[in-house]
Amino acid sequence: MSFSRRNLLQGVAGLVVAFALHEQAQGSPARLAADSVDGYLAIAPDGSVTVYAGKVDLGTGARAALRQIVAEELDIAPDAIGLVEGDTGLTPDQGSTGGSTGITVGAAQIRLAAATARAALLDLAAQRFGVPVPQLSISGPAIRTQGNRSIGFGELIGGQTFGLPVDKSAPVKNPANYAIVGKSLPRPDLPAKLTGRHIYVQDHRVAGMVHARVIRPPSIGARLLDVDAASIAAVPNARIVRLKDFIAVVAPREWDAVRAMRALNVHWSDTATLDGSGALYDTIRHTPVLREEVLRVTQDPAPLASDGLRLLQAAYHWPIQSHASMGPSCAVADIRDDGGTVWTASQNTHRSRQTFARLLGLDPARLRLVYMDGSGSYGSNGNDDAAFEAALLSREIGAPVRVQWMRADEHGWDPKGPPQLLDMRGAIDANGDIAMWETTAMLPANTSRTGPPLLGAIAAGLDTGEGMSSGLTSLNADPPYDLPHMRATISWLKATPLRTSNLRAPGKVGNVFAVESFFDELAAAAAADPLEYRLRRLSDPRGREVLNRTAERMSWVPHTKSPDHSAAMLRGRGIAYAHYKQSETYVGMGMEVEIERASGKIRVTRVVCAHDCGMMINPDAVRAQVEGSILQTISRTLFEEVTFDHAGVTSTDWGTYPILTFPDVPRLDIVLIDRRLERPWGVGEAATAPVAAALGNAVFDATGVRLRQAPFTSARVKAALVTAS
Amino acid sequence: MSRLTLRVNGEDRVIDLGDPDTPLLYVLRDDLQLHGPKFGCGLGQCGACMVIVNGAAVRSCVVPAAAMAGKEITTLEGLGSPERPHPVQAAFIAEAAAQCGYCTNGMIMASTALLQRNPHPQEQEVRDELAANLCRCGSHVRVLAAVMRAAREG
Ligand code: FES
Ligand code: FES
Repeated sequence: MSFSRRNLLQGVAGLVVAFALHEQAQGSPARLAADSVDGYLAIAPDGSVTVYAGKVDLGTGARAALRQIVAEELDIAPDAIGLVEGDTGLTPDQGSTGGSTGITVGAAQIRLAAATARAALLDLAAQRFGVPVPQLSISGPAIRTQGNRSIGFGELIGGQTFGLPVDKSAPVKNPANYAIVGKSLPRPDLPAKLTGRHIYVQDHRVAGMVHARVIRPPSIGARLLDVDAASIAAVPNARIVRLKDFIAVVAPREWDAVRAMRALNVHWSDTATLDGSGALYDTIRHTPVLREEVLRVTQDPAPLASDGLRLLQAAYHWPIQSHASMGPSCAVADIRDDGGTVWTASQNTHRSRQTFARLLGLDPARLRLVYMDGSGSYGSNGNDDAAFEAALLSREIGAPVRVQWMRADEHGWDPKGPPQLLDMRGAIDANGDIAMWETTAMLPANTSRTGPPLLGAIAAGLDTGEGMSSGLTSLNADPPYDLPHMRATISWLKATPLRTSNLRAPGKVGNVFAVESFFDELAAAAAADPLEYRLRRLSDPRGREVLNRTAERMSWVPHTKSPDHSAAMLRGRGIAYAHYKQSETYVGMGMEVEIERASGKIRVTRVVCAHDCGMMINPDAVRAQVEGSILQTISRTLFEEVTFDHAGVTSTDWGTYPILTFPDVPRLDIVLIDRRLERPWGVGEAATAPVAAALGNAVFDATGVRLRQAPFTSARVKAALVTAS
Repeated sequence: MSRLTLRVNGEDRVIDLGDPDTPLLYVLRDDLQLHGPKFGCGLGQCGACMVIVNGAAVRSCVVPAAAMAGKEITTLEGLGSPERPHPVQAAFIAEAAAQCGYCTNGMIMASTALLQRNPHPQEQEVRDELAANLCRCGSHVRVLAAVMRAAREG
């Protein structure tokens, strides 16, 4: 393999001579260390700055935001900064891109590296000019003295390494003086993306590459009994690659690979063992519990439960959902005997490199995973699976292979967002106050440390590890209010029907649905206004502010009962609140809905959201993430449910797994609260959390019917309305 | 293997067509290296693969390339370039009307065809026109803003 930053830097600088005097050996640990300045930053002989980020931009605008952060600390222009993302051969391991850590963790490390570099550059210039650092200033990629002498970054250190650890106490710029951070700079990738010039991983081609399609079994875990090779004889140059139960077809022309996939006659064993999605919540109730965990407790609520209080209880249900990425997963791999390269839209290139190397028997140092943009992913979709399948196939046939999943692969086989079942209990005292609260959340346990087992590895009989993983699913199962007698318990389940992974705001969407809907149930039982009832128990001023700003924008009129539940078109409004992970971004969410009584069809007409994530690096990118969070979660709440029978997933296209479409898109009214001096929190997930509850609360306001199971399909709503009347 | 001549982005392109049923999308992406149109479903359900054929937005995953001979095909790259974007592309850039951008090809092609037919649509008409163009990232409100901007400024 021949890759190095030297080549890259020379490419940037347009040089052919090796300038990099102190350049370390290719792929050397110092160049990739997550604690060294050189891990994150390089300055080329021409003074241009390149940033190396382990975390990637998934269409989130991080590509703009990261440049702004570095530009701010180095006092250079953001658009002059080169950026390399998620390339295991070039970027440090900053962990996966997920859990809203891109800015809070990823960018924070890079900011410190830039600040350390700035101090080092000033020291070097001070020595060069023989003047003290305070008499120097930076403008453009150059350092100036008061006497107007200047030296460029390139001349100071271009092509060389800093050789410095990232200094955790490096002097960073005071946010009050920010000139670049906080501005809505445009995303640099959009002009190419919107004119068809951007190369997505789906568009990546390498010389000598063949196209592959993987054949999925008719039931999960089926054994491959027999293949009829003659069945694809009519497809030119198509061939079969088989490793135990892993079977694929490859062909030089992509369409021929598709034809071969369709024509291939394979006999499989029958392993239909699932209970089916119709029985999902029964299945959950009967699944053994691996362990109980008390998420948070104030005073033990149990003794109060029989104390002459008004006791309420309810169960809330969140279905299995798919990432349902718009483009099916895709990857290209070129693996030879001693190593190779995989091009992938994985959110986890560093972790997957370790896993793939182990499974393929390669030295991880000789395997490189290169991130390329793919279709939006919201956690681990099928990208890692497709990448491993490409690597496996490339190793088998000794040529570069492109694996492109079909629509049914993505919907049917992506690792799913797990189902959630929450039992809620609460009690109201004589004053209408909440006397006690109990949450018991049943969630699949996280028993795998390396992410979801890889499909291709399972089929090929490789040891991909047992176990499940779906992210930090327990958070926000406790109410975000001051409740003296409160306990939230997680029953971590031993098993779950389908393979899972982290899906946007893992667990939090379903947890907040249960908590904030049930809080509304208590408010209704206490004949209290839902907003006032929340504020009564909320002391955090930033939490109060998002709720108040939401209510203000909705022109909230306190009421406890909607006037009329009998009209043909029912209208209502609801409110919900989330403090993401109980420690990060604050979100107030208000919804206005219409429900057609005859059909049960819900239309969200308007959404108001007040959002406080602390400092905003790029407010327009924040706004886009909040919009996406709201719309995607309205979609999940109204329409989305993975269905499966005894054999496997039956919702395998956009007809059987519908999502939100343009006619159902509501007006969005988003209030971004600007807190320039507070630390920045993530924005890709928080606003998803209160969406379902706000929607359900609005439906209750309109109809008097409480929806406790998502999705709120028309059929389900109609049935609930009929039962209620 | 049969020869097929397609008129794409104003040029005649000669293709060695393998299977006579090869969908247009595969010819555009694999034979002509045009990456604007995307593979989303191959089922005509999502719109990611849209191109404009004789002025109408067409799902290239479900039309055979062979049936397109003699027609005027325009792809996203044929509309404009980063330096000289088509007015609809310019409006999408101005509104930052994409997240991952995977669906956006279809959004731009469908709304370009709409605006050619109906230069000043109501927002509801745009919504109806794009009803079968799916976006998973939630870029919808910006797409609507971009189309309305293009209608204003186009
Ligand atoms: S890819 Fe053609 S409509 Fe989805
Ligand atoms: S922007 Fe990602 S699917 Fe639409």
